[in-house]
Amino acid sequence: MRLFLAQSLWSDFQKSFIDKDRWLMYLDGLKMTLLLALVGTIVGIILGLLVALIKYSYSTRKKNKPWLSLLNWVANLYTTVIRGTPVVVQLLILFSLSFMPNGVVASFIGFGVNSGAYVAEVFRSGINSIDVGQMEAGRSLGLSSRATMRYIILPQAIKNILPALFNEFIALVKETSVAGYIAVNDLTKVADRIKGITFVNLPLYIVALMYLCIVYLLTLIQKRIEVRYSRSDRN
Amino acid sequence: MIEIKQLCKSYGELRVLNHISEGIERGEKVAVIGPSGSGKSTFLRCLNLLEKPDSGEIWFNGKEITATDIDTDSVRQHMGMVFQHFNLFPHLTIRQNITLAPVKLKKQSQSAADEQATQLLTRIGLIDKADTYPNMLSGGQKQRVAIVRALAMNPEVMLFDEPTSALDPEMIGEVLDLIRDVADSGMTMVIVTHEMKFAREVASRVLFMDEGEIKEQNDPANLFDAPKNKRLQDFLSKVL
Repeated sequence: MRLFLAQSLWSDFQKSFIDKDRWLMYLDGLKMTLLLALVGTIVGIILGLLVALIKYSYSTRKKNKPWLSLLNWVANLYTTVIRGTPVVVQLLILFSLSFMPNGVVASFIGFGVNSGAYVAEVFRSGINSIDVGQMEAGRSLGLSSRATMRYIILPQAIKNILPALFNEFIALVKETSVAGYIAVNDLTKVADRIKGITFVNLPLYIVALMYLCIVYLLTLIQKRIEVRYSRSDRN
Repeated sequence: MIEIKQLCKSYGELRVLNHISEGIERGEKVAVIGPSGSGKSTFLRCLNLLEKPDSGEIWFNGKEITATDIDTDSVRQHMGMVFQHFNLFPHLTIRQNITLAPVKLKKQSQSAADEQATQLLTRIGLIDKADTYPNMLSGGQKQRVAIVRALAMNPEVMLFDEPTSALDPEMIGEVLDLIRDVADSGMTMVIVTHEMKFAREVASRVLFMDEGEIKEQNDPANLFDAPKNKRLQDFLSKVL
């Protein structure tokens, strides 16, 4: 009985991993998954920073220029809509747009835009975590609010939120598994396709293990970075 | 040099500054004393517009800086400020703390600013700390760096907002020594302080504030030895 199980497992493994060099497909899928997560995080950071800065400048002024009020309104609409709808629906809508060349580009935009709405909140709390005295000190030296933000507030804020940004990347590694909905050949899609060809379920377990390893590895790296930071913060 | 006319400021219902009018001449060392909550810090912070007055005017070198079309940043470049809590930039080295503003505002090249920082740090005996970060300094050292950081912009007036209130007692002396030094160099200064002995010794004029008003002002000898205002008499009897 035990022998039979082992034999059947081995044969499943052969079908889903070794035959016709199928392991190469996993590798391609893995590359795509990491690429999606990376591009998504980068686009998300850019958008998130932008949105956070708009909301910050809007909130710190008593009287606002009309264009800033408009921008703030757009920023609020953006975060509300994106955080209030499922990412799969967002992807499907993007993919349905006639000018979208393919699913990969739609995913780059989709995951970036989605992540941006969450990263904005991370940046906002990072900026708020810096003592107001820092802004006052910068302004009292004659620096503009923009220069103070750039040279004094943001460098400190970003250092504080680096772990959270890294978390966003880790989350995206997993979240991008829905990219298969719009014909992107990511790790999950690869497993699904191989399962369809071979009629065995093992590919799903294989990619689950691959996701787990990557996330575990990234978490280890994150912890190492955090330890180094907390060391440099100590008096 | 600074002319304040009918300055008012309220936080909600609370009137912090009540129609204050005052003038500060070049070279004067004005100490502002008074109980906490009397509006002295708000008064000081209005001078470089860190607080926006509700009404009234402030004129600096013949220009109304409370006017709406004024470039606040360029005004502040001529007014140094020292805070109670130092507010050094923790992510920058001591030298970078001093050179950041002059360089970014194109007042000086990086090398000229570095040279000036070296001179300033030598003057306060902290040149060996130039390339360390603020968290390596004691409170007194931090405040001395904060003072020379403001001086590095070559301001025409220095505003001190309770510069020794956050310090351990044994560190107050070194900071006061530096402020005295700056005073002796002829700098115009406004100091909000609780150090009565220091105010008496360094100030050319002392303002007593209470309930958002300047209740009495005089040269230090007369103000401290012959106070006329009842509130000032009370206040002095408690702090002296």
